[in-house]
Amino acid sequence: MQILFKTRYEDDIRFLAKTGEKIRVGLVVAFLLAAPLFLQTYYLGELGLLLVYAIAGIGLMILTGHTGQVSFGHAAFMGIGAYCHSILMSHGMPFSLSVVLTMTLCGLVGMALGRSASKMHGFYLAIATLAFLILIETVLGEWESMTGGYAGLAVPPLKVFGVTLAKAWQQYYVDLFFVLVVVYGASNLFRTPTGRSFLAVRDSELSARSLGVNVEWVKIQAFGMSAAITGLAGVLLAHHLSYLAPDVFGVLESLKLMLMIVVGGLGSILGAVFGAILISLLPVGLSFLKDVLPPVIGQQAGLEPLMFGLIIVVFIVFEPQGIYGRWMKIRYFFETFPYYRKSSFVRQKSYLKTERMR
Amino acid sequence: MSASRLVVENLSIMFGGVHAVEDVSFDVNPGEVFAIIGPNGAGKSTIFNLISRLYEPSAGAIHYGEHNLLNMPAHKVVQTGIARTFQNIELFEQATVLENLLVGRHSQMRSNPLTAFAFLPSVKKSELEHRRKVEDVIDLLEIAQYRDERIADLPYGARKNVELARALCAEPSMLLLDEPASGLNNEETDDVGFWLEDIKHDLGVTLVMVEHDMGLVGQVADRVMAINDGRLLAIGTPDEVRENKDVQQAYLGVTEAVE
Repeated sequence: MQILFKTRYEDDIRFLAKTGEKIRVGLVVAFLLAAPLFLQTYYLGELGLLLVYAIAGIGLMILTGHTGQVSFGHAAFMGIGAYCHSILMSHGMPFSLSVVLTMTLCGLVGMALGRSASKMHGFYLAIATLAFLILIETVLGEWESMTGGYAGLAVPPLKVFGVTLAKAWQQYYVDLFFVLVVVYGASNLFRTPTGRSFLAVRDSELSARSLGVNVEWVKIQAFGMSAAITGLAGVLLAHHLSYLAPDVFGVLESLKLMLMIVVGGLGSILGAVFGAILISLLPVGLSFLKDVLPPVIGQQAGLEPLMFGLIIVVFIVFEPQGIYGRWMKIRYFFETFPYYRKSSFVRQKSYLKTERMR
Repeated sequence: MSASRLVVENLSIMFGGVHAVEDVSFDVNPGEVFAIIGPNGAGKSTIFNLISRLYEPSAGAIHYGEHNLLNMPAHKVVQTGIARTFQNIELFEQATVLENLLVGRHSQMRSNPLTAFAFLPSVKKSELEHRRKVEDVIDLLEIAQYRDERIADLPYGARKNVELARALCAEPSMLLLDEPASGLNNEETDDVGFWLEDIKHDLGVTLVMVEHDMGLVGQVADRVMAINDGRLLAIGTPDEVRENKDVQQAYLGVTEAVE
């Protein structure tokens, strides 16, 4: 275990303080940068899609994992992002401007949703966001003059600063660029007052309020930020799909995002990335399973939803802190070897909280 | 922030048909330690929640210095200089002690999501400045060994200290302490007594506290207010209030003369 000697306050603010972290992150970034050298086009596309889902996951994580506001409607922001961007681009707007405008629109819609949901909690919030999702999906389907309706909408080719990026590796680097920006920015957020006020609202609205945090405004900010990032994921997803239909951004997609962050580990940015990896590997694993399993089981329809459900149940029962929690424990095991005990991570007693004043 | 006078006039609040607080008036002078005592359910914490604007009173007025508290939302109260703790500890459990204390400085910090996302140099500079202020409080309350611990991993007594520290981080001129010694052993209660004296003398903070431990109240309080069933029984020095007939009745019940 590496003991850090901190001599300045900067030491607490710095990212990647430990040597191990530096090496791990360096390796991952090096792998991602070099991936086009050794991955085939198909797998490169899948990896790009993984990065897109990582962005969407971080978007939802900021809202649900860090601010504690459940949203079952986040696929709607992906939808708004994908459609808005495609429409703007097909009207000849440059990529960079279109991304900025799309993220702004998603952010504003998110803030509006946050404004109307800022007094809701738990179950009611889940229903409200679900209703929002259905509303947006319907609008995307019915507004035929703009979105092409259920017939679909072709996505213009990816063209950044006048250069057409049609090859898989070019698109991959665009995805990678945005992932790195979002991961860096989201990590930044949680070493500033804004990010801490998000955590404060999640853990105790009451004391957040009495410390000067404007709880409603924080929720609006969190919704806006989360929606803008998820909208960005929608933009990138559009270029992967190259053809948009409203039902792509439905309830199932929302549940997928939710599964990602719950299984990945609520309340950590790394957890969203882990979740994205799991979601992306699942189809690969399933196609492998189908070959191995006896045909009676392997050829059954609905194997994928079944696996989704099974994974959620297994994680909620055995590892509520998700893959991230498991990862922390494994790391702790090696760092403190041989002192790790089963009880090292047993939840501490939580003391009675002030009766909620709602 | 310079200390001001807290004036509470004819404060009342009803929950359904219950008068939780009824027509209570008192004032707290700058630099004073003012204790509120009373049996369970007397309305002590309710008065705190009214002052910090978590409850809406049905009648009455609350002024702190030139501020009319009833005109402002709950999150603005701390900017007038009033910070508080909670009876059953309301810390941010999944965050570290340091993060909790930095949230305590929220009222003094400016922040917006975009500069935060980019972590501009100005953001970093302000972080470091406020960190320095937080360290002063950490030194004062001797919680340096917990700095990087998560609240969920801390024992009860340490949590109490951290909550007090978090309130102090707001640089208040008045602290509302809801049972600072509840759940603490004798030694820890003594420590709280010393800290309260320190906070009063060194920082010049006015203290208003709800407390059951009469030893602590007698040790630190300048004046005591006793209430029962939402109504004011007596205000005075600790000894005066202890001698008061109504107060004794409220705590011990009425003794009928036996024929």
